Amino acid sequence: MTETTALLSVRELNAWYGESHALHGIDLDVYEGETVTLLGRNGVGKTTALRSIVGIIRKRTGSIRFDGKDMLRIPLHRTARHGIGYVPEERGIFSSLTVAENLTLPPIIGKGGMSLKEIYALFPNLEERGSSPGTKLSGGEQQMLAMARILRTGARLLLLDEPTEGLAPVIVQRIGEVLMTLKQRGMTILLVEQNFRFASKVADRFYVVDRGRINDSFTGAELPGRMNQLNEALGV
Amino acid sequence: MNSRASTVVAPTKRPWLRLETALMLLGIAALLLAPFYFYPIFIMKVLCFALFACAFNLLLGYAGILSFGHAAFFGGAAYFTAHAVKEWGLSPELGLLVGVAGAALLGLVIGFLAIRRQGIYSTMITLALAQMFFFFCLQADFTHGEDGIQGIPRGRLFGLIDLEDPLYMYFFVLAVFLAGMLVIWRVIHSPFGMILRSIRENESRATSLGYSVSLYKLGAFVMSAALAGLAGGLKALVFQFATLTDVSWQMSGEVVLMTLLGGIGTLVGPVFGAALVTTLGNYFATSELPVTLVTGVIFMVCVLVFRRGMIGEFYASRLGRRLERRAED
Amino acid sequence: MTTIFGIPIQAFLGQLLIGLINGSFYALLSLGLAIIFGMLKIINFAHGAQYMIGAFAGYLLLATFGIGYWPALILAPLIVGLASAVIERVALSRLYNLDHLYGLLFTFGLALALEGTFRYFYGSSGQPYAVPKELAGGYNLGFMFLPKYRAWVVLASLVVCLGSWLLIEKTKLGAYLRAATENPTLVRTFGINVPLLLTFTYGMGAALAGLAGMLAAPIYQVSPLMGSNLIIVVFAVVVVGGMGSILGAIITGYMLGLLEGLTKVFYPEASNIVIFVVMAIVLLVRPAGLLGRDT
Repeated sequence: MTETTALLSVRELNAWYGESHALHGIDLDVYEGETVTLLGRNGVGKTTALRSIVGIIRKRTGSIRFDGKDMLRIPLHRTARHGIGYVPEERGIFSSLTVAENLTLPPIIGKGGMSLKEIYALFPNLEERGSSPGTKLSGGEQQMLAMARILRTGARLLLLDEPTEGLAPVIVQRIGEVLMTLKQRGMTILLVEQNFRFASKVADRFYVVDRGRINDSFTGAELPGRMNQLNEALGV
Repeated sequence: MNSRASTVVAPTKRPWLRLETALMLLGIAALLLAPFYFYPIFIMKVLCFALFACAFNLLLGYAGILSFGHAAFFGGAAYFTAHAVKEWGLSPELGLLVGVAGAALLGLVIGFLAIRRQGIYSTMITLALAQMFFFFCLQADFTHGEDGIQGIPRGRLFGLIDLEDPLYMYFFVLAVFLAGMLVIWRVIHSPFGMILRSIRENESRATSLGYSVSLYKLGAFVMSAALAGLAGGLKALVFQFATLTDVSWQMSGEVVLMTLLGGIGTLVGPVFGAALVTTLGNYFATSELPVTLVTGVIFMVCVLVFRRGMIGEFYASRLGRRLERRAED
Repeated sequence: MTTIFGIPIQAFLGQLLIGLINGSFYALLSLGLAIIFGMLKIINFAHGAQYMIGAFAGYLLLATFGIGYWPALILAPLIVGLASAVIERVALSRLYNLDHLYGLLFTFGLALALEGTFRYFYGSSGQPYAVPKELAGGYNLGFMFLPKYRAWVVLASLVVCLGSWLLIEKTKLGAYLRAATENPTLVRTFGINVPLLLTFTYGMGAALAGLAGMLAAPIYQVSPLMGSNLIIVVFAVVVVGGMGSILGAIITGYMLGLLEGLTKVFYPEASNIVIFVVMAIVLLVRPAGLLGRDT
């Protein structure tokens, strides 16, 4: 089988929060069209990894290659232009903007983004609540909005940080459905999740993160055999 | 005794303490001899502004409150002392007391209102209230408006020592300056000062520990105002006049510059800052370049590349750090 | 001659008009300060100097190039805005991650340097700037005489304030500005050049001050000192109305101007401190400011 190069390729990534050394040499790949999950307990560095890949954390060494291009030296406001979309853990919905303004804020950076019509088909209540202030939405609706606004931009890689955190099971299921729809459309997703059950339903491959390092990686097929190990590692 | 040996065994000797004390004694000796080598009025001017700047720094460097209206205390006390000495005929030390009391009262009022808000709003309030005081001084009778109070007699200290003699006046000013510095030093190293600093570092933490943050801030304000008033009253006696310039916002800005140049949050930084600014002021008074322009440029340059000020840079330098390291032994 | 509260009605309305005009300037200037503070978190002490330079730009455009009032109304703010944007890019932007007081100190130094420079070349007295002929004269309304230029100033400031408000609240650019105020890092991850937005904001705020200066030139004399005493009053306005709200800054500006005018009628000695008194009262009663959006 011919080797395809990964859409996102990270090697030896070290990152620092001020003086504190948070990531100790992360290696990972994400191929086009697949959904990869970073698993791990609280505070092991999963969010730090995402923030380092996007470029919010600037003190980094190693290599981050997206679509063959080196991302390490690119200023933060240009990483989006290359096709990386980021949905933070706190969702980041702006209270001084309406839902519609929140939705259309990120500029379109590539072809292949969803049109507003398609977005409203996927998330009907965003259309209804268009003129409400963004933060008047429920937690689940805000998560939908945070995802939707990136989907409009034509980003090729979606970095999703804990999308199901703090949400009711019904909403979690809905988000799962949205992710499956995105997968069918060929979206590449790097997901950080603590909710292992949710992750196992949507992800193709898994990396286990512990104390700033990747300890283990396996595919969805290998998952059943790893359950015991995993339960220990995740403290479930 | 070999100092290396003492640090290895146990620090019964404290070489750093000796060094700091030695420097201080050297400084005082220099000030005692200065009037015989330099123009006394000039050094007295420096001492007054040095005290003013140190008082200001108490509020900014230790309590973390930037007051942009400190001229109200300085100039206000100048007017109060001038009036007390000239119109009421009080002797100079009583006149100073009047100035200090007046400045403390002003500090209480302005401080109370300023601490109702935080951070930068606090600063804007001090500026606005000081400007209000400026307009009051402009229109009040006892200040004589644009003319100011002229011809202030220096009088006889305690009714005995004639301060018209420049040498006696000088040593009086020096004594007051040193007394003021002593007060500041004691406050900084007192429990009150420690709590102030903890408020500056982390206000919510201090509140959760049970400290009434407002009271401490207000206390710092009043103390700073009173000491600034001491400097202002002294200045009125030295130059024998008190004018609107002393209560202007430009004066407030100047004391900020002195402290910034000298080193915010250091004990002696503002003294050096005051010396530098006063010297520069004298130098530029006769030159073509406008003083405001030079002051403004120095401000901008300092903020960009010289934030620690002269003494701050010294402490951060190798020599300074070595001194501090010894202090930790 | 009719009187109101014992004052002849003409004098009363005359002072009220002056109050409204002053209020127009307070509104325009506090609007600029609020915009700059909202985005950059910096108190722009140089705002008064930028106002002054706007007026001087108009004066110099006329005196040196013969460019009249109407083109200068666009050019002067543009000049001030561009020059200020350069200063932001080169110097001010380096201070954003420091304690806010350094921004204040830098702009204070800038104000001093600018004022000193102009005072060096033009002295302390003012230069005259003529009212444009289209706006000379006035209307006789019977109960008072309304100078055309004064009416124009009030109208223009209302339009500019409203326009700024619309720009910020209703346009895409405004959405960028509002979002960047809330969470600049996240906005950068979307691909928006936030540092450039900040430069633009500072330039825009300065241009508003320059425009105010241009409007002021035919009324007050064009003098290097015109900005510095005014800016402190504007600070008081902003403490009262709050810098968390654009609308709050505008409304408070007009109201305090009117109040000042009224005070001039009934208690003239207090007229130049009444705004500070109001500030003190508001601080005692409602420390968070009238519109209560600040901490």
